[in-house]
Amino acid sequence: MSIEPVLFYIFSAVLVFAAVMVIAVRNPVFAALFLVLAFFNSAALWLLLEAEFLALVLVLVYVGAVMVLFLFVVMMLDINLTPLREGFIKYMPVGLVVAVIMLLEIAVVVGPENFGLDQVAPPPRHGADYNNTAELGSVLYTVYAYPFEIAAVILLVAIVAAISLTLRRRPQTKYQNPAEQVLVRREDRVRLVKMEAEKAGSAEGAEGD
Amino acid sequence: MVFEFPNFVPALAEIFVLTMACVVLIVDLFLTERNRVITYLLSQATLLGAAVLTVSLHNNSTELTFSGGFIRDGMGDVLKVFIYLVVAVVFLYSREYLVVRKLFKGEFFVLGLFAVLGMMVMVSGHSLLTIYLGLELLSLSLYAMVAMHRDSMPASEAAMKYFILGAIASGMLLYGMSLIYGATGSLDIGVIADTLRMSPGDDMVLLLGLTFIIVALAFKLGAVPFHMWIPDVYHGAPTPVTLFIGSAPKIAAFAMVMRLLVDGLGPLHVQWQDMLVILAALSIVAGSVIAIAQRNLKRMLAYSTIAHVGFLLLGILAGTENGYAGAMFYVLVYALMTLGAFGMILMLSRAGFEADEIEDFKGLNERSPWFAFVMLILMFSMAGVPPFVGFYAKLAVLQAVIDAGLVWLAVLAVLSAVIGAFYYLRIVKYMYFDKPGDESALQSNFDMRATISANGLLILGLGIYPSGLMALCVTVLR
Repeated sequence: MSIEPVLFYIFSAVLVFAAVMVIAVRNPVFAALFLVLAFFNSAALWLLLEAEFLALVLVLVYVGAVMVLFLFVVMMLDINLTPLREGFIKYMPVGLVVAVIMLLEIAVVVGPENFGLDQVAPPPRHGADYNNTAELGSVLYTVYAYPFEIAAVILLVAIVAAISLTLRRRPQTKYQNPAEQVLVRREDRVRLVKMEAEKAGSAEGAEGD
Repeated sequence: MVFEFPNFVPALAEIFVLTMACVVLIVDLFLTERNRVITYLLSQATLLGAAVLTVSLHNNSTELTFSGGFIRDGMGDVLKVFIYLVVAVVFLYSREYLVVRKLFKGEFFVLGLFAVLGMMVMVSGHSLLTIYLGLELLSLSLYAMVAMHRDSMPASEAAMKYFILGAIASGMLLYGMSLIYGATGSLDIGVIADTLRMSPGDDMVLLLGLTFIIVALAFKLGAVPFHMWIPDVYHGAPTPVTLFIGSAPKIAAFAMVMRLLVDGLGPLHVQWQDMLVILAALSIVAGSVIAIAQRNLKRMLAYSTIAHVGFLLLGILAGTENGYAGAMFYVLVYALMTLGAFGMILMLSRAGFEADEIEDFKGLNERSPWFAFVMLILMFSMAGVPPFVGFYAKLAVLQAVIDAGLVWLAVLAVLSAVIGAFYYLRIVKYMYFDKPGDESALQSNFDMRATISANGLLILGLGIYPSGLMALCVTVLR
């Protein structure tokens, strides 16, 4: 027996455990860290499927960028979680029933009798010179160019939406404008005022200036 | 996979809308508050240009391009032209409301145009992937539009609910699509249908995938028991956004149901018919009964939407060409009626006053007999009273259901429609037989008055001559 099934079961078990912990732990920082663990394990599963490019991208993008940002947000926001959990016990029985039924349905269908090796042939093995990234690129920008462009538009909408929801112009806020500071001229700041010389008797008070 | 260089001509309208949306986005940055009307005019010009392109490219053949991800056919062309028309009217009705409330920003129009693009992609989607992406493009734009009024707590709450439930529905849709892909080995709607025709039967994988897809579609359409977000979102969102959500996206959702269930999973009709029967019966009954208890007109129209979605599903579940044509007729008419009803709320509201309670329509006849009459047309049409067009829409889907042998469902639908007529007629009673709460004359500009009058007269005119639009629906679906 090869080592691959053993690795698969180890990674899958950790993945399921991490996914459950994401919603089960109380501390949102731990939840985010468990999500990172889940991402790493699914990346490992993809490596076993010879999808090494996707596995690396998952780690780089989701763990490296998205989850780090997410952790920042979770740490910055001061959310009191107690009111969010108020109805938890009350709704849990209903939620559990629904979840268990759905889990059973999925388990019955997505099993060996429908997706076993006799139903779906295993994908062919490729040699070490097989380039997964090039294969992906060659279809992504040709056959799947249309979905690719729509995905790009979705990202543009996300940018527009995020900016329009968060940009708040505050005219009262005091801030420095370095450009104006650098371009300032002597005449803008210093004003020479010609004054008559004052009488000697009252000059004592003015000397301090 | 063999790559064939795509033919861009069938998708010219989509390309035009995308380009213009980006142009509007850039131009808007350079406009001052006073010149913002240019954004509005450019958006209207975009919709007009897209309509010209779609009409001029229209013919009765079916064209596939972008490696099978895009389809241009008669149904798609008609639905797209109606989407442009509806969105143009939405922009027109919204303008004054937005200006008065300092919400007249370029983002409203840019996001609106991107939502239009999303709807066009959905209408023309011929692969599971493009349909899903079109839906996401539409939904993302709508979430942001609901949240646009940041200082309003109800709007933020509505946006949050809409976003979370929409995300769950998208997850369901993706899971269902992945199961269908696993069972048939293709994302292409045509290939899926061919594979299913080769191997009919009760494959468990297909059934589970179908169930998930129907749950997601019911979420997006707002059919009972997946309707809970509709009243809250309709109520909480700014009225122009409610008008947007309630009208054009329903046309796109109809197209999505047609592409997924009829074109793709058509061979499984026996299986999905039963599921749709349950959804339709519950929606019609719940929508008609719960609407009676509402005091807020936006909430009442939300429940009325749920009932209308039930009627729409009646036409689809019949599974015949007449049924599909009836459902298409229904959704187009429904979009026109919704435009008028929310347009009236927008017209009656002014600075600091929303006019979204039913009481606000009291004595409208004394304030403006003509617009009370327009509202009467709209309410009678929604209730399904002849000779208004809502009656013919209901008649068409009910006939299809009876032809499909589901007489009990037709009887249930008629009984619920009679119950539902009560709350539409209550508004008419308020308008004609009650004393007005405030006597002030209506304030609105000329283009709003003209369009809303045309909207009401169109409902009346289509009611007297429904055969033209009906014939169009039958022709493009053949």
